[in-house]
Amino acid sequence: MKMIIAVIQPEKLNQVKKLLYANEINRFIVEDCFGHSDEHSVIETYRGVEMEVDLKKKIRVSMAVNDEFVDKAVKAILEGGRTGKIGDGKVFVLPLDECYSISSGKSGNDAIG
Amino acid sequence: MKKFFILLGIFGSLGLWAQTSEIEVLQNNINTVWTCLAAFMVFFMQAGFALVEMGLTRSKNSINIIMKNLMDFSIGSLLFFFIGFGLMFGTTNGLFGTTDFFLSGVTGDSWSYTFVLFQTVFAATAATIVSGAMAERTIFTSYLLYSIVITGIIYPISGSWAWGSLFNGNGWLEQLSTGAFIDFAGSTVVHSLGGWLALAGAVTIGPRRGKYGPDGSVMAIPGHNIPFAALGVFILWLAWFGFNAGSTTVGDGSIGRIAFITNVSAVISAITCMFASWIKFKKPDVTMSLNGALAGLVGITAGCANVNWVGALVIGFVSGLLVFYSVLFIDSKLKIDDPVGAISVHGVCGAWGTLAVGLFGAEKVLGVGSANSGLFFGGGINQLISQLIGVASFMAWGLVTGIILFNVIKKVYGLRVNEDEEYVGLDIEEHGLEAYYESK
Repeated sequence: MKMIIAVIQPEKLNQVKKLLYANEINRFIVEDCFGHSDEHSVIETYRGVEMEVDLKKKIRVSMAVNDEFVDKAVKAILEGGRTGKIGDGKVFVLPLDECYSISSGKSGNDAIG
Repeated sequence: MKKFFILLGIFGSLGLWAQTSEIEVLQNNINTVWTCLAAFMVFFMQAGFALVEMGLTRSKNSINIIMKNLMDFSIGSLLFFFIGFGLMFGTTNGLFGTTDFFLSGVTGDSWSYTFVLFQTVFAATAATIVSGAMAERTIFTSYLLYSIVITGIIYPISGSWAWGSLFNGNGWLEQLSTGAFIDFAGSTVVHSLGGWLALAGAVTIGPRRGKYGPDGSVMAIPGHNIPFAALGVFILWLAWFGFNAGSTTVGDGSIGRIAFITNVSAVISAITCMFASWIKFKKPDVTMSLNGALAGLVGITAGCANVNWVGALVIGFVSGLLVFYSVLFIDSKLKIDDPVGAISVHGVCGAWGTLAVGLFGAEKVLGVGSANSGLFFGGGINQLISQLIGVASFMAWGLVTGIILFNVIKKVYGLRVNEDEEYVGLDIEEHGLEAYYESK
């Protein structure tokens, strides 16, 4: 079992979702988040005062998957999330000790299978 | 006309026909209907002001702004009925009215109730202007205290100087030897006064924490909902047709003319302010453009019945430039924190618009008077002098009473919330609820 956490561009979420579904990965959570990377800051002006906006809006997609789905999931995110420019985001794959389904009480591979 | 003759026929056949009285009855009813409609529109300015102030401030203070607007209208209405109306429109002792308290001068005649209602919604506007300049840091109770004094005492006393004769009074500004001071719908009586009180308030209370750095650098505190602010401006604009055209309190053709002139100034001011921001910031700025529209409306309010469209264009154009540079100057040079730009929009542009009547008064050109009052229309300098006296006396009155009022509240009760409360937000600390509640 692995935990996959991806930080992607908000406008790429639909494409990533589509490819995840196509690979039978149907369980994930999506959160709004902000990130800082090598992207340039944007200067906004509010009533004549300039503000440096250095945090960019991102989407974080997290999913717990069984081992045979890890490559498929990573590939789906890399493919669906890419524009080729700085700021496309990152994918992190982490070991996962245990997981439980709250409704059924199942644990381990069965909980996310 | 046809309906009118049918009506005449009906009244005639009923034996009620008596010379021209039916025409008078009809005209009186139209006047009442129009003035009431205008009063309802001006009432809705409270919604406009609330939206502008909420939009240009942070979400943690939205409930406080709603409560301020709700209560300054509610408490202010009662106070104006009982005390303010008499001070403003009672028989004057030279400085303020001394009769007509507790609605004693209001008889069963339908007109007096209409007039009281119309004047009440105006009075509530003056206090609300101050709210924006002192937003996000004023104790709610202190807000109620100063709102009571403004609507109940400060606004009606100075108002009696210029508008007293509309009822039982007769103000000294209406009897100037250089000609009666002209402020048709209240650029000075309502807006400038509100603006100068706002200036006194903003200076006394000091800037919001985080607005100016220790080294004097200017920081932006962005408003949380620009669409709110925009909707608020459109509501105010709509209400302004009632504010200006309603101030005729007469249902005749002047309504259309005054509404038209009002609109000319508003649009040119919005355009001018947009281009000023575009040139200076390289992009057309939304909150500045919105302030520009309001500035044009404030500017034309004094002269909307006295200037023609050329005058309105110039008044609006200058208002648009004035509000833009005044907001920047007050914010970054004087370092007075006015989150919504109330001092610039209402104080500065109100004063300009009132003076401008002395320059562009074109009553003869419009066909509503026997001579033009404006300097540029051959009316000489007298009207301008009257306008100057009026503007200066309201400015002095607003600043002096404002500084006394806010400092007394500061000493006796306290004006400003503490640092923790300002950080957490007035909504939770003053009112115990967030505006945008999410389950936690």
